[in-house]
Amino acid sequence: MDSLTIILFVAAGFILLALLLALYRFIKGPHTTDRVIAFDVMSIAGIALIAMISLFSSRIIYLDVAIVYGLLGFIGVIIIAKYLERSL
Amino acid sequence: MIQLIIAIVLGMIMILMAGVAIYHKKLKVAIIAAGAVSLFASILYILLAAPDVALTEASIGSGLSVVIFFYVLNKIRKYDTEK
Amino acid sequence: MEALKYIGAIISLFGSIFLFLGALGLIRMPDVYNRIQAGTKASTLGTILTLLGIGLIMPSWGGKLFILIMFVIITNPVSSHVLSRAAHHIGVNMYKNTVTDLLEKDENNTNSKPEKQ
Repeated sequence: MDSLTIILFVAAGFILLALLLALYRFIKGPHTTDRVIAFDVMSIAGIALIAMISLFSSRIIYLDVAIVYGLLGFIGVIIIAKYLERSL
Repeated sequence: MIQLIIAIVLGMIMILMAGVAIYHKKLKVAIIAAGAVSLFASILYILLAAPDVALTEASIGSGLSVVIFFYVLNKIRKYDTEK
Repeated sequence: MEALKYIGAIISLFGSIFLFLGALGLIRMPDVYNRIQAGTKASTLGTILTLLGIGLIMPSWGGKLFILIMFVIITNPVSSHVLSRAAHHIGVNMYKNTVTDLLEKDENNTNSKPEKQ
């Protein structure tokens, strides 16, 4: 295990910590808008995590899942914001 | 090894999200939590080396079901306020 | 060639640190609007840096990573803007030390113009 792999493992660990902190805000958040922001941050961190997994197993096909993931997170946040604004 | 740690953390997050989706009072928070469960399940399918299942899970569980649930919830709210 | 991989790994580490700091700001900030700013700006930069580092490690993946970076740059500020506008319209309370509220002043101006005429 060389130092390049160790640096990438530490980077993946920071992304997992970001997911856990966003989960805390999702569970505790007083208003619905806080939870939607936490959902957005988890979706963005999920794109970076999928790219990291794709680098660890060195397969380019996993990046397609990241593109679809970003598109669906965006559509979900737009739909929820339109619902909260009462203009869906 | 890092794949094992990622799988354990994502499983914990999925269990907590499912708890929120079951026990929360507001319906819209429960729908968002169900969508988040589906997003993390798609990352777990990638870890199991099945990208086609991950694509299907992300597009149906997080895209289509959240859109349909919020559309129906919007209809119910309009019916409630008009009545 | 070997040095480029180390540079890419360190850029990717900085990107994930930015993601972590964005999620930390999501906890520490006192208000919905501050949380939107901290969570979206820092996580956008973090994702771009992470994907750029992966592109330096694997140069043959450049095209798909470029599409992904452009997608994140376009969609993430749009979603945060729509969300903050919705939060302002349904009347989420601001933090008590907030100095100014330009959107409310702007909407009051546009609503009061037809009454003056």
